[in-house]
Amino acid sequence: MALLEIKDLHATVGDREILKGISLTINSGEVHAIMGPNGSGKSTLAQVLAGRDLYVVTAGQVIYEGKDLLAMSPEDRAREGIFLAFQYPVEIPGVSNMYFLKAALNAIRKHHGLEELDAMDFITLVKDRMKLLEMDQELLNRAVNTGFSGGEKKRNEIFQMAVLKPRLAILDETDSGLDIDALRTVAAGVNALRSPDRAMIVVTHYQRLLNYIVPDYVHVLAEGRIVKSGGKELALELEESGYAGLGIVDEEEAVGKL
Amino acid sequence: MTAVAEQTGAWLQQLREAAFQRFTELGFPTTHDEEWRFTNVAPIARIKWDRRSPSVVCQLPDGLSSHLAKYAPFQNHAFVALNTAFFHDVTYIHIPRGQIVGEPIQIAYDSPSAISHPRTLIVVGPDAHCTIVETYSGAGAYFTNAVTEIVAGSGSVVDHYKVQLESSSAFHVGVMFASLGRSANFSATSISLGGALVRNEVSVTLSEGTDATLNGLYLVNGAQHVDNHTSIEHAKPHGTSHELYKGILDGRASAVFNGRIIVRQDAQKTDSKQTNKNLVLSDEAVINTKPELQIFADDVRCTHGATIGQLDAESMFYLQSRGIGKQDARSLLTYAFAQDIIDRVKVQSLKDSLERILFEKFHERAH
Repeated sequence: MALLEIKDLHATVGDREILKGISLTINSGEVHAIMGPNGSGKSTLAQVLAGRDLYVVTAGQVIYEGKDLLAMSPEDRAREGIFLAFQYPVEIPGVSNMYFLKAALNAIRKHHGLEELDAMDFITLVKDRMKLLEMDQELLNRAVNTGFSGGEKKRNEIFQMAVLKPRLAILDETDSGLDIDALRTVAAGVNALRSPDRAMIVVTHYQRLLNYIVPDYVHVLAEGRIVKSGGKELALELEESGYAGLGIVDEEEAVGKL
Repeated sequence: MTAVAEQTGAWLQQLREAAFQRFTELGFPTTHDEEWRFTNVAPIARIKWDRRSPSVVCQLPDGLSSHLAKYAPFQNHAFVALNTAFFHDVTYIHIPRGQIVGEPIQIAYDSPSAISHPRTLIVVGPDAHCTIVETYSGAGAYFTNAVTEIVAGSGSVVDHYKVQLESSSAFHVGVMFASLGRSANFSATSISLGGALVRNEVSVTLSEGTDATLNGLYLVNGAQHVDNHTSIEHAKPHGTSHELYKGILDGRASAVFNGRIIVRQDAQKTDSKQTNKNLVLSDEAVINTKPELQIFADDVRCTHGATIGQLDAESMFYLQSRGIGKQDARSLLTYAFAQDIIDRVKVQSLKDSLERILFEKFHERAH
């Protein structure tokens, strides 16, 4: 059984249809890259899978581990193993990173009938995960993402993923705003989490990230549809000829040429 | 009775009679009165109470009469007049010059009867340091009408906390006046959690180089109404005032924040900042917030700002996307909103108990 099966998914925001029939099957252990120009619907797909109610699914189905994903609340999706690394991680002043992550981990543990962890057990558990992401322990005591640099925010997302150990991780433009060193660290963190029990969807505009997180499959999204799928070589092809090579208009590239 | 005590007794008798006279002239305020526009005290006015002229004369310690009723004027304030006419005892704290009192001084008013008029006078000498925690609580239906006067000497450091934990059917009017000396460092924190109908007033007058901080947190739910009126008067140059009031409103509750800042002509180089932030959790809750700046000096810096908002949808989704349930996410964000006021509480035991109370309140609401 596939881990995730997306069938003819349509979604709108307001009156505008963003996803116009996406179908995609993902098995455990696979890494799928979803590429596409701005406005193609990449981030919408990521948010819809995580359950953001800003988007309304108007048609189609998403089956996750044999269950109807779209019928589940965002928190139940997370408890069942879905994790979205946000493109723009949210700052939450007044809630410490540690309290937040402990509450998240315990909610997931409780859902699976496991005992909740106390602060000491939690610290022990997260220590080596922090090392993996080269994170300063001080970040645990600070308010969630508040005053974090762009790189620290993205690192914090992958750190959360490392602690929560999802079955399906969706990384939404995790590379945006990262310098090359931060990108390497984040990618190393992601690669360390690759496992036969886990699938990943890596959403990105640029091929650069895929030099570090090498996907099994690449899908190109344009105007709400997957227009091309292939192996990792498709990403390289895109780097060579750009989205225009596939007949796709990319506003950013167009601007770049002016 | 000594001659001095007799004199004091006569003085007090006169004061009470004048206050009572003034109260009968003023009557209870109505919503036609600008100061009471959003707070209808008709339920208080309807309480049956003994309207006979007061006859109790109590004996006062020497020195008290030179301060009592000097800072809380009753001429234009019916509730102050009422308190002055009827208070039973005076809680009198005098910290002599230069005295440093490390431990917080706790004053607990647990309402003993249907109507009470707690009266507090705090006199802090020059360069003295102290922390005062005033707590108001009770059970059942009653009316507390409190007046606190504070005089802080030059160079003194005074932290005052008012914790309002009245019963859910109580009426509470609590008025504080503080006269702050030159270079005094003063903070007043008002935590308002209980009561059915509540009015908290804080009025401070600053002198040269005085530093005043006014913090407030009000939580209302059900049909509660809480009105916070603050007044900061910069009378002399180089004064600094910082004010941050935060409100959390739920149910059909309503709240008022009215922040007056007066900068007198003399008070050049005043630096004043006022902020009021409100988190509105239901569609039916109502907040009226109003800054009131009266600036008569030209070389000053005064800023003010007010916000009214709901829980941030993105923050909610972020928490939920990590497995935290919707109700827990709501209570977590609500608690976080109140956190920076609690963080400013310097008395650890008070901070701990407020954290516990808030946690229980939000948790209760969440489950």
